Amino acid sequence: MSGHHIIPFSVYRNVLLALLALTILTVAVAKPVSGFDAGVFNFLIAMGIASVKAGLVMAFFMQLKYDNKLYLAIIVSTVLFLALLFGIVMIDWASRAPVMSTL
Amino acid sequence: MSTVNKPRSEGGHAFHFDNAEHEFETSKFGIWLFLCTEVLMFGGLFVAYFLFEHKFPETFIEGATYLDWKFGAVNTAVLLLSSFTMVLSIYYAQNNKTKQCVNMLFITLGCGFIFMGIKYLEYMHKIELGLLPGEMFSFTGEVGASNLGLYFSTYYMMTGLHGSHVLVGMGLIVWCIVRARRGEYNSKYFTTLECVGLFWHLVDLIWIYLFPLLYLVD
Repeated sequence: MSGHHIIPFSVYRNVLLALLALTILTVAVAKPVSGFDAGVFNFLIAMGIASVKAGLVMAFFMQLKYDNKLYLAIIVSTVLFLALLFGIVMIDWASRAPVMSTL
Repeated sequence: MSTVNKPRSEGGHAFHFDNAEHEFETSKFGIWLFLCTEVLMFGGLFVAYFLFEHKFPETFIEGATYLDWKFGAVNTAVLLLSSFTMVLSIYYAQNNKTKQCVNMLFITLGCGFIFMGIKYLEYMHKIELGLLPGEMFSFTGEVGASNLGLYFSTYYMMTGLHGSHVLVGMGLIVWCIVRARRGEYNSKYFTTLECVGLFWHLVDLIWIYLFPLLYLVD
């Protein structure tokens, strides 16, 4: 039964260790903490590490790797809707005529 | 009929499902759809964050300096550990080890308390200094960037919504502990444990993004 797949304890332990190591990495490459300066890449690296961590949590803790692919389809569609939300707002942001605020 | 009075008899399932697995998969499907709406709700706040951060970069860089990344990092580790113990509680339920399952749920709940305790200390410290959202901002120290209240509006809204999810998750875990202690979870039935676990992992997932965005802005 796909939903009742028992994942070995060692897999969970290794995922936890990887997640903690990536958290330390997140802090180590943060400019306010270590002074590591890679320009715009600082932000991209931070988001990249966060996404790897999110991927690990989803694949193993939330069992997407082993589960019914229906759930994977739901999460992929969620990400697409999120991209739509970001995309449309960004188009609006980039194409908007400057507004002179009196605030 | 026994299914009406005792819909969850050992290895049983409610009458409108084909079998126990059908019921389990249906419950999980519902939870995943709910998690989808949760992501989209937080998505609105993330969009707001990126727009404000793009328009007022100095405000966000200075705002983040009032946050202590050490608290954020410890809270990240605590939540990751709690996600680990949450999956272990399911793992032990699957292996019919009720006692260990309950213990893991208690550790998960304890991690929730530690997280909220640290959050409480952080909030109290900021409230005392007057680092408050929007117009309530009344910090009297030296301020460089304009409109720091905007940063703290974003901070309180995102961490507040996340924190309320942690509290709801803790309540659900208490419910799971009560049921687990009654010995309701075993290799044949652990649906609520699985669904509460998925919710708890989502709360963890959102924090994974919030931590670098709020604490480590460059």
